[in-house]
Amino acid sequence: MNAIDLANRLREKFGELVSAPTEFRGELSLNVADAERIVEVCEFAKKELGFNYLVDVSSVDNYGDDLRWTIVYELYGIAHGQYLRLKTNVSEEKSESPTVTGVWRTADWHEREIYDMMGVRFRGHPDLRRIIMWEGYPYFPLRKDFPLGGKPSELPDVAFSKAAPIEGGPFVTAPGGRDAIEREPRVRTPEN
Amino acid sequence: MRSQAEFGYDSRIEGDVIHTRVDAALNWFRKNSIWPMPMGLACCAIELMATGASRFDISRFGMEVMRFSPRQSDCMVVAGTVTYKMAMSVKRIYDQMAEPKWVIAMGACASTGGMYRSYSVLQGVDHIIPVDIYVAGCPPRPEALLDALLKLQNKIQREPLLATLKKPGPALAKA
Repeated sequence: MNAIDLANRLREKFGELVSAPTEFRGELSLNVADAERIVEVCEFAKKELGFNYLVDVSSVDNYGDDLRWTIVYELYGIAHGQYLRLKTNVSEEKSESPTVTGVWRTADWHEREIYDMMGVRFRGHPDLRRIIMWEGYPYFPLRKDFPLGGKPSELPDVAFSKAAPIEGGPFVTAPGGRDAIEREPRVRTPEN
Repeated sequence: MRSQAEFGYDSRIEGDVIHTRVDAALNWFRKNSIWPMPMGLACCAIELMATGASRFDISRFGMEVMRFSPRQSDCMVVAGTVTYKMAMSVKRIYDQMAEPKWVIAMGACASTGGMYRSYSVLQGVDHIIPVDIYVAGCPPRPEALLDALLKLQNKIQREPLLATLKKPGPALAKA
């Protein structure tokens, strides 16, 4: 059984909810139209299709779009060795999605990381705290509108942060350049 | 045969006596028994461990007794990237060390934040604790750290100890 068959079984079960699979470099992605029903889809993928391993949950900031957040679930089945990627969109006003910790317990820390870095909350999560930044940090640093150098924050006697001197950066490498001078990290803005 | 020195130590005249200044002697005691505390936070700590291992033999200079307790150590070697989340712990451990105490910022990250111009990294440990010696490198070679320790010894030897003995050290002076 390959990933396309598995994706089609998911479509048979859920119909319009699940989009046709798109393939990129041999990897299949499915869009789940309604983020509120992601738990059902994941439940079915695990119980019936054998995706017993949640590799990762990640998030994308589509800054400027109507549905700002994309939550991406990377599934793998140890028995059949197939990968499948589920994507679902969440609006910025809502910034909330049901948790899949009930399906795969490993989603616990992945979802905490998304909450910490992006500020998307997971309803029903057993322990939704920040996992990387400290408790009380006021920002979500992986959002597109957050500057790389950071913003000042103050939590008396616990933690603090200041904006880092960027000096015109961020400095971006250009892989594929002809020589080391072309490849080295430089300030690259759309103008230059 | 008479030695050319008219002054200085002559065991026939003075016996087993050495003349020196009190602060020079105290500084000499201090500098040859520095107990470093490895504050290993990132990859620099690997070089710090290499410095402590047999090939580079840190004990040639009288400062090999690494202690992992701030109560027992004199010199904090901040080896690695100090994130904001870790910063307050580093400061607290520094505050727990007994005077006199010194700090070596080992590597680019501990000295300036290094390549991490980022929201999460403290841009140099000298923002929170006073640093005596900065070591360049990413990470520095063990020889560079040994050189820093020798430079720290020279610095300690030059300290005007008697003039500052009754004054509180940098950590207490602020309060």
